[in-house]
Amino acid sequence: MHSQETNVPVNADIDIVTARQKGRELARDLGFTSTDLALIATAISELARNIILYANSGEIVLSVVENGTRRGLKVIARDDGPGIPDIERALEEGFSTSRSLGLGLSGVRRLMDEFDIVSEVGNGTTVTVKKWRL
Amino acid sequence: MQVPILKQRDYLIASIQAALTDADLLQLRDALVSQVGTYRSRGVIVDVTALDVMDSFAVRTLRDLAHMIRLRGAETVIVGIQPEVSFAMVQLGLTLEGVSTALDLEEGLAYLDKKLRITAPPPVKKRG
Repeated sequence: MHSQETNVPVNADIDIVTARQKGRELARDLGFTSTDLALIATAISELARNIILYANSGEIVLSVVENGTRRGLKVIARDDGPGIPDIERALEEGFSTSRSLGLGLSGVRRLMDEFDIVSEVGNGTTVTVKKWRL
Repeated sequence: MQVPILKQRDYLIASIQAALTDADLLQLRDALVSQVGTYRSRGVIVDVTALDVMDSFAVRTLRDLAHMIRLRGAETVIVGIQPEVSFAMVQLGLTLEGVSTALDLEEGLAYLDKKLRITAPPPVKKRG
């Protein structure tokens, strides 16, 4: 059951709510603490909002990952938007080109255990984050 | 999902019942800022007990709401931020600077009463 992926299309602000709720459900099934559930749901919310703000549409893909005996949640936020010209700068504390609070990607990185971003101008952005169970 | 707004004495109380979209949050902000004038309210309480996530957009909208309402001459208190939500907010660096908060609705009402020096109506005396 946990080997499958859950895809949440992100096209409107209601999808932000759906994505974080589905992520929270999956994380709860995995046995994360309520504190981690809040961190995970908040991270998904920020990632989904980035999709809406910068690319208009994309998707959030949720899945379970394993590393030896450890299990965790993987969240992929993928869009075909304009891409990020300067990833280093986008990851700077407080940097944001849009209307959000300017926490953006650096904030998401702090909420999760692993963070990876691939972006190419004109070819969209894929952010992959993981949270491991303690 | 629209947030019900109750009028009680000089206060408006908005109790968020379920997860809100960005549009819902903006609608709540605008409704409260407008109704403060309609009802000549002096205080506003926004109960966020039911929210299990307060991301950057939600926090910014609540902060804007409180500041806008202050410009309209009333005070706002955000009540019911859950422990996990407060932790996630701190981790993200989200603050509600310049916005009053209280543990729950009861504390929020007490805070406004004190701040605005409104005394509760005297209890009805029972005749023996």
